[in-house]
Amino acid sequence: MRSRARNLVLLAMLALLVLVPPAAALLHQLFYVDLLRRVMIFGIAAVSLDLILGYGGMVSFGHAAYLGVGAYAVTVLAYYGIHDGLLQWTVAIGGSMLLALAIGAVSIRTSGIYFIMITLAFTQMLYYLGISLDVFGGDNGMRLPERSQFFGLINLNNGTEFYYLVLSILAAVVLLVQRLVESRFGMAIRAAKSNEARSRAIGFSPYPYKLAAFVISGGICGLAGALLVNHTAYLTPDFMQWTRSGEILFMVILGGVGTTAGPVLGAFTLLVLEDVLSGWTEHWQIILGPLLVLAVLFAKRGLAGLLPGGRGG
Amino acid sequence: MAEALLLARGLCKSFGALRASDNIDFDLLEGETHAVIGPNGAGKTTFIWQLSGDLHPDAGTIRFAGEDVTSLRAPARARRGFARSFQITSIYREFTALDNVALAVQARAGHSFRFWRKAREEAVLRDPALRVLEEVGLGARAGVLAANLAHGEQRQLEVAMALATGPRLLLLDEPVAGMGSDESQRMVEFLSRLKGRQSIILVEHDMDAVFSLADRISVLVYGRIIATGTPQEIRANADVRRAYLGEDVQ
Repeated sequence: MRSRARNLVLLAMLALLVLVPPAAALLHQLFYVDLLRRVMIFGIAAVSLDLILGYGGMVSFGHAAYLGVGAYAVTVLAYYGIHDGLLQWTVAIGGSMLLALAIGAVSIRTSGIYFIMITLAFTQMLYYLGISLDVFGGDNGMRLPERSQFFGLINLNNGTEFYYLVLSILAAVVLLVQRLVESRFGMAIRAAKSNEARSRAIGFSPYPYKLAAFVISGGICGLAGALLVNHTAYLTPDFMQWTRSGEILFMVILGGVGTTAGPVLGAFTLLVLEDVLSGWTEHWQIILGPLLVLAVLFAKRGLAGLLPGGRGG
Repeated sequence: MAEALLLARGLCKSFGALRASDNIDFDLLEGETHAVIGPNGAGKTTFIWQLSGDLHPDAGTIRFAGEDVTSLRAPARARRGFARSFQITSIYREFTALDNVALAVQARAGHSFRFWRKAREEAVLRDPALRVLEEVGLGARAGVLAANLAHGEQRQLEVAMALATGPRLLLLDEPVAGMGSDESQRMVEFLSRLKGRQSIILVEHDMDAVFSLADRISVLVYGRIIATGTPQEIRANADVRRAYLGEDVQ
């Protein structure tokens, strides 16, 4: 029942997102294609964070690191003349997974506030590494020489084609995470989140499962980073700034921790509000802040909790 | 004579100046129910946590089925056949009763690096779980969220999870603690049905439960086992009466 309602909500969201480019074209507001593409890219990052936060109980305050690795992988390869998207994105995902393996191997031994601080510290290290890399623009960053190429099949310079590619990836990622959390693997990490002592007593060692979830999450977020730098066509170490990690975290919490549609809704709400409000006044954060506080106070289970079937799973 | 299923020799564990386990020797025969009793603060919990692998003894060895398991941690011991209930009920509260037991089945069904099939649709996990739930009398409550079960039912669920792992050794830490008399009677009846089929180490305050279930009883006082014997022997033991039964039980 609940999962059927949830699937209907997901399908409705998908249908709406499919309709954005033709609607925008009709209304001559192509800008919205751009905005929603950005929303979906951050939606992918937020879904990846929710996998470990909502289901594994790991509050990573450093997910921007994988956005950064994904973005740098694409840009650095492009800088050296390698524009093949398949290769670039494979390096982006693989590099992020390796980084997540290293960070996770250390940080998963801790929990609570220590976990938050360690993931934050690692990401800050990468941020300062990014700033110090003068070859790739250092503090200022650099223009992406060329967007990723896919044998002429998909042209990322075409806003609509790029949009539908991002949408397909988002849909695939949501489906993947949904299957993951309902599989034996997912049950094992959710059980460890629920009661680690009980898990150990029935013979689960939580560590390898949590680490695997952390690595998968990092890989997905790395893919989001590869998409992000293609979206902005500009690389900056700011992708890895701690405020970025905070934004992704906030998207998950606002949308609904441990829900399927939640993180995407959170990304949508945060980025669209930001866009609309900043059009009204340059002091938009003064309005956004209280709105978000209210949302968290009155929708305790996140925005997804307000939807039918939002808590399913 | 064959070696005991579980054999603890010279277990010592101190917390600062407190000797919570003081040179404990303990054994459990296959199929036996061996109870550990003792006044509050006697070190029963410390003892059982060392057996389960959640605490490491400062000295001493634990052998299980002929293998030295002293250095193995709790999950590794669980995979060798240890199963336990906790003094304070320890279940997955956000999951249904059936999910709880199915997770215990899953934990024993090899690794869980299976990423695609829905675990809740796997009959190999659900069917045995449902059977165990029915065995402990929770069959009708399978779909209820564990947090919403009555206290006694949660204790039963915990035992069900332990049984679902197909254990060779059950460590029950005060299984009837906090239960009403009806509930505790049902639990004792249920445990008595397991007797002989399961090897059980039972830590319990409820003397009625202990004396009706145990084949042997060990009495732990200030971290030391002062007596081990059949219920009759323990009842007759002068040290025990002075140190323990005399104070708590008339």
